[in-house]
Amino acid sequence: MNTLLDILLQGTLLGGLYAISAIGLSLVFGVMRLVNLAHGDLMIAAVYVAIAFSFGATEASPITLILVAAAFAPFGYVMQRVLLNRVLDSDPLRPLLVTFGLSVVLQNLFLLVFSADTQRLRIDALSEAVVPVGSLSFGALDVLIFAVAVGLAGGLQYVFFGSKLGRRLRAASDDVATLGLIGLNPRHIFAIASAIAFVVIAIAGILLALRNNIDPFTGPSRLLVAFEAVIIGGLGSFWGTMLGALLIGIAQVTAGTIDPGWQSIGGHVVFLLVLAFRPQGLMPRISE
Amino acid sequence: MSLLEVSNIEAFYGDFKALYGVDLSLEQGECLGLVGSNGAGKSTLMRVIAGAHEGRVAGTVAFDGAPLPQGQPHLVVSRGVVLIPEGRKLFRSLSVQENLQLAAEVGRKGHWTLERVYDLFPILRDFADRPSTALSGGQQQMVAIGRGLLSNPSLLLCDELSLGLAPIIIKDIYESLKEVARQGTSLLVVEQDVEAAKRVSDHLVCMRSGRVVLTGTPDSLSPKDITAAYFGMETT
Repeated sequence: MNTLLDILLQGTLLGGLYAISAIGLSLVFGVMRLVNLAHGDLMIAAVYVAIAFSFGATEASPITLILVAAAFAPFGYVMQRVLLNRVLDSDPLRPLLVTFGLSVVLQNLFLLVFSADTQRLRIDALSEAVVPVGSLSFGALDVLIFAVAVGLAGGLQYVFFGSKLGRRLRAASDDVATLGLIGLNPRHIFAIASAIAFVVIAIAGILLALRNNIDPFTGPSRLLVAFEAVIIGGLGSFWGTMLGALLIGIAQVTAGTIDPGWQSIGGHVVFLLVLAFRPQGLMPRISE
Repeated sequence: MSLLEVSNIEAFYGDFKALYGVDLSLEQGECLGLVGSNGAGKSTLMRVIAGAHEGRVAGTVAFDGAPLPQGQPHLVVSRGVVLIPEGRKLFRSLSVQENLQLAAEVGRKGHWTLERVYDLFPILRDFADRPSTALSGGQQQMVAIGRGLLSNPSLLLCDELSLGLAPIIIKDIYESLKEVARQGTSLLVVEQDVEAAKRVSDHLVCMRSGRVVLTGTPDSLSPKDITAAYFGMETT
């Protein structure tokens, strides 16, 4: 019984990590129908920027990490206005090609500047702390990551469905062509969505590197899991994305308990089952 | 100086030419009816005026003495020219009130407020929290008109308001437009229903195959003239 509970809780906590990266993807995909193939690489970019601004210190400063995440907002806004808005049209191939190219450029840039060595961000007090829950105990970092995931999903759900900005983002998601007819600039709205998504992406990357080692080529595997979580959850619902990520996390831990080699496959099987039997996702808010 | 001056407009969809040197003018406070059959170029002209045509455009559209930009409809709205598009185009994930609020937050300030739109269309007040797609076609058209009014336009472009609506609803919709005109808003109304257009218009323009083929006041144009211009054939 304890093993089952342990699997569920460990899977849930792992799902929290996946949820943060998936929420950024869900936002961009939901509002702009943009599949950003550089999503995972942008997560890793935030890690390398944090490492660079740690100036060789053995431990990362939380203030530096927060500033890096905040700095990704203007980065996202500018990236959308300068690059991504130019390729968003009726042809879905163009943004795929551009973001794939961006992914390749970023990976090679990381390799050139930071080498192929694995690296991570360290905050020892956080990594070593433990949260006891009854007879079980969990790493404080995992609990923090899960809390951040819940906070982001809840916060963005509130912004989307309870604020002026959310109304504009949902309207952009519904019909971008009509947005201009009521006086809103779709390019600006998209850029704001990107700015928010990039902050979430940076948070996801930083939390990932506090927990695991990363290297220049870690990004694409993160993109795959994030994309699966968005599809499982259904478009337009951050709680749905969260649920998708948790299911992947639980499936991975369950499969990994049976055989460590099956861990990744466990998540993919859940994804394929949802795609086969409920292709619209478990909690869709957008019908197309 | 006219409020709206459309000069020698040509518009394209790829290589297909939809408008051939269209000229049009509209005075302050006037209601101009634009009639013509399917494919005459009425909606294309409306989208050109609203800056929302996605193909190539030649010629100029001047409003209040200054040219309107092409390809940036949000800037056209900020100048006071608002299009109610064909097919309503409501935001389907937003409630009725949210559709209206969105326009009110973004648009210019003026006579039209959320309360005044609800006074014009009282039934919308009862359905404020419903999804916009849960309404009937006529009620959706009211939301679309209300959304347009909340931008407080100087010129309201109405594209086929009667499309798919019952005659009794069309009558109500056009009655509400008269109230809009009384508040000083100029109107450019596209219609396939000539009688509906005549009832509300000070001037009538008939288009066929991307060209203006007939202009005049509703009283000065005989049904025979309009039929001939509309269908492009001689009448006996």
